[in-house]
Amino acid sequence: MGALQSIVAMVDPYVLQILVNIGIAIVLALGLNVITGITGQLSLGHAAFMSIGAFTSALITIKLGLPFGLNLLLSGIIAAAIGAAIGYPILRLTGDYLAICTLGFAEIVKVVFLNLDITNRALGLTVPPPKSPIPMPFYVWGVAILSIVFVCFMKESRFGRALKAIRDDEIAAEAMGINITRYKIQSFAIGSFLAGVGGGLYAHFLNYINPSDFGFLKSVDILSMMVLGGLGSIAGTVFGASVLAAAPEFLRFMAQYRMLVYGGLLVFMMVFRPNGLLGGVNFTDLVLRAIGRKPATAEINERHNKG
Amino acid sequence: MSLLKLDNVTIRFGGLVAVDSVNLTVEKGEILSLIGPNGAGKSTMFNLITGIYTPTEGTISFNGKQISGNKTHTIAAAGIGRTFQNIRLFAEQSVLDNVLIGAHTRGTWDLTGSLMKLAPWVRKEEGELTEWAIECLKQVDLAHRAYEMAVNLPYGEQRRLEIARALALKPDLILLDEPAAGMNPQEKQVLLEMVKKIRATGVTVFLVEHDMKFVMGLSDRIAVLDYGVKIAEGKPEDIRTNPQVIEAYLGKGAVH
Repeated sequence: MGALQSIVAMVDPYVLQILVNIGIAIVLALGLNVITGITGQLSLGHAAFMSIGAFTSALITIKLGLPFGLNLLLSGIIAAAIGAAIGYPILRLTGDYLAICTLGFAEIVKVVFLNLDITNRALGLTVPPPKSPIPMPFYVWGVAILSIVFVCFMKESRFGRALKAIRDDEIAAEAMGINITRYKIQSFAIGSFLAGVGGGLYAHFLNYINPSDFGFLKSVDILSMMVLGGLGSIAGTVFGASVLAAAPEFLRFMAQYRMLVYGGLLVFMMVFRPNGLLGGVNFTDLVLRAIGRKPATAEINERHNKG
Repeated sequence: MSLLKLDNVTIRFGGLVAVDSVNLTVEKGEILSLIGPNGAGKSTMFNLITGIYTPTEGTISFNGKQISGNKTHTIAAAGIGRTFQNIRLFAEQSVLDNVLIGAHTRGTWDLTGSLMKLAPWVRKEEGELTEWAIECLKQVDLAHRAYEMAVNLPYGEQRRLEIARALALKPDLILLDEPAAGMNPQEKQVLLEMVKKIRATGVTVFLVEHDMKFVMGLSDRIAVLDYGVKIAEGKPEDIRTNPQVIEAYLGKGAVH
């Protein structure tokens, strides 16, 4: 563990901060990607689940003092449970209606946290350092990498295929024997779980959380990361989260005008690349080509054409 | 025992009676066609059988068990596969993935399977599902297209892919909603042979179709629907000469 600490000490704290921001953004954006990109259910309330995770995690550290790993897991599970509970009634809705519902739910969560004594109302909570021998940056990136691996696995499994079928055509998906209500709720719960874990990391990294930090703008922030990279694309989401989490720092010299660039960038994207920068790119094939091997698709095509 | 039994099935949409007291049975192993003029209620019948609509009156039973009132996905899982009149493929996914989604009920690993994707037991199931999907694609002669995007297939092949996707469910009964629509004569001939082969594998076929040559050449029995009422049922040669059927299609005075 000492070795890890010394590695952290070697990196410039400013750079480290940006890296941690990126890691947290990846976890959050991947969660939304499961709900909106893979399952096609537009959610404008992702920050609500992040705040549920953040406050749960902060309270666990303050009141119970559990180890950080267990703490994050519990925060994620609570966010997922609330996600599933709220998903059950609202996931019958589609498109704009669902989006408005999630938006309303996010506002409710914010107002509840602003009025609860246990979350210190509008003053917000000061979060003590996490109980963990591993330094925060490693924790954040460990969780980010686990999330990436999990979502990659999920997307290409039987479960993920059912989610993508629901995104593409609900009626056809149901006619294939897919229980769309159940899968939508599960997808919503997974997305909320990742949001909750991301919220827990956020709370312990900033050491202070306030309900107003998790408003509509935060949800839109996370949504933009995913849209920039490409709906449904995991590499795209990682890329979008990295760019947009780092953008405020690189655009700092423009002071208050940086939001202009940020907004302009999204408009530009929607016009010229509506699928996102990396939407629809098959990375397995690209890597295989780069190292001089035939893509798996060509290989199997050949095999079946012979037989 | 008949495979599918519609008992006095009626559905009303407000004042409109789309299907009116229809009694119909589909026997195991046969090819039954449902014909009738536009708006006769043929597609509504399919939507009733697959649970998209629930009959206002009457019951539908499959394999001796009542299915009317059940959810669409449980009816599919019970062994009824279907295609759609207006193609409903998962357009932005590969041909193979489309069929793998059709094979959804053949698999068992769910979310836990995603967590253990690299575990041998999950990989084994994925392998078996893929082999089965390729098998289904071979039945409609599309195995060579497995890794293309579904949306990039020509129209006729998209229709065949829908059939493969329905077959992946390993259904006892397959409902084909206008499978030959928009195909040229050669494609129709190929499709006709394919449907015959599918029946030969033990799948019962129930289809809605407008193309009379196709229906006459393929069906064991034909049922005719007009304004939601079943006006005739029987062998192709009887239907061809049935005055009521001719009247429904061509109007009064066409019988000579």
